[in-house]
Amino acid sequence: MAKTESNLINMVLALLIITLVAGGTLGMVYKVTKEPIATAKLAKQKAAIESVVPGFDNNPTDETYELTSAEGYQLEVFPCKKGSELLGVAISSKTMKGFSGEIKLMVGLKPDGSIINYSVLEHKETPGLGSKMQEWFNSTEKPSQSVLGKNPGADNLTVSKDGGDVDAITAATISSRAFLDAITIAYNTYTKEGGQK
Amino acid sequence: MNQKENFLKGFFKENAVFTLLLGMCPTLGVTSSAINGLGMGLATTFVLVMSNIVVSLVKDMIPDKVRIPAFIVIIASFVTVVELLMQAYLPSLFESLGLFIPLIVVNCVVLGRAEAFASKNNPLSSMIDGLGMGLGFAMALTMLGSVREFLGSGKIFDMVVFPEQYGMLVFVLAPGAFIALAYLIAIIDKLKKA
Repeated sequence: MAKTESNLINMVLALLIITLVAGGTLGMVYKVTKEPIATAKLAKQKAAIESVVPGFDNNPTDETYELTSAEGYQLEVFPCKKGSELLGVAISSKTMKGFSGEIKLMVGLKPDGSIINYSVLEHKETPGLGSKMQEWFNSTEKPSQSVLGKNPGADNLTVSKDGGDVDAITAATISSRAFLDAITIAYNTYTKEGGQK
Repeated sequence: MNQKENFLKGFFKENAVFTLLLGMCPTLGVTSSAINGLGMGLATTFVLVMSNIVVSLVKDMIPDKVRIPAFIVIIASFVTVVELLMQAYLPSLFESLGLFIPLIVVNCVVLGRAEAFASKNNPLSSMIDGLGMGLGFAMALTMLGSVREFLGSGKIFDMVVFPEQYGMLVFVLAPGAFIALAYLIAIIDKLKKA
């Protein structure tokens, strides 16, 4: 087949056809993958809720509601109940103060506001330093760096460098501050606006 | 050049990372662990093979003056397909590579092969070229990832070799990528001359 000549009509036509086919293909793939992507996201969310508030028997995603934090973030709250008793809430909290921007956490709080557990959903912190958040702050061997069981209302939830009660991750003080910030945001928003729901 | 040579050249003689020094951005960015390197390498391989085939199929239809935009549209489409598929079926890998997947579009290996090989050869050779180049790229990224993960955190593919606190953290960070890459290139260069 001879090479198509580079005149205007040929060029416009070639690009038009290519972009049309590409657009059509992408639309198809998007349709096919839309459901699995949604399912994967939901499964991840559910796993995160289960890890931060264990032992519930309702479906927290059905009873979810939103709260606005003082910073203007929309936080999703998932009430976790066993029978009719409220075990606690899982709150998807975030902060923009991370070393490389946004950090998203799922924080499990008891109805009184003390921390049950947390799970890091998304972050862009430095691998090997700030990325240790998931393991660092729930260490059972070193209570001085753990946030579990602490209550941001009673305990000083800042890093020890700032006079607080929590040891920061070695060489990742900024990430640690941001992490505690996200937890504090979850606590403040829940206790101020939602309370015992 | 027969097809076997065509396939094998991507691993050593014309390896994208170690010899051509192409595609440095994903190379240095994602190889903080072996599994990330492998995942990125395989995703790039898929895009390379598919775009090489398509480019060599439509090469006569595309007027010369608009070939680069046409190639980029083809490549970008396949990258988006990979991104969506990964998000749907390999969410955990997507999480660690997420940021770098769209960057496959601007990986000069992909456009380079479309321009230098696929637009001049038939679909079969182009496919084999893409496969060889892609797997060579994946091999290089996995090697670099293993070295960095081993030196930085004492693990290879998440298997502990020595305790993490003795790791040299610098190798997990960006400067370590340059150091490790430089030594790997030096070693491979020496081997090639031997």
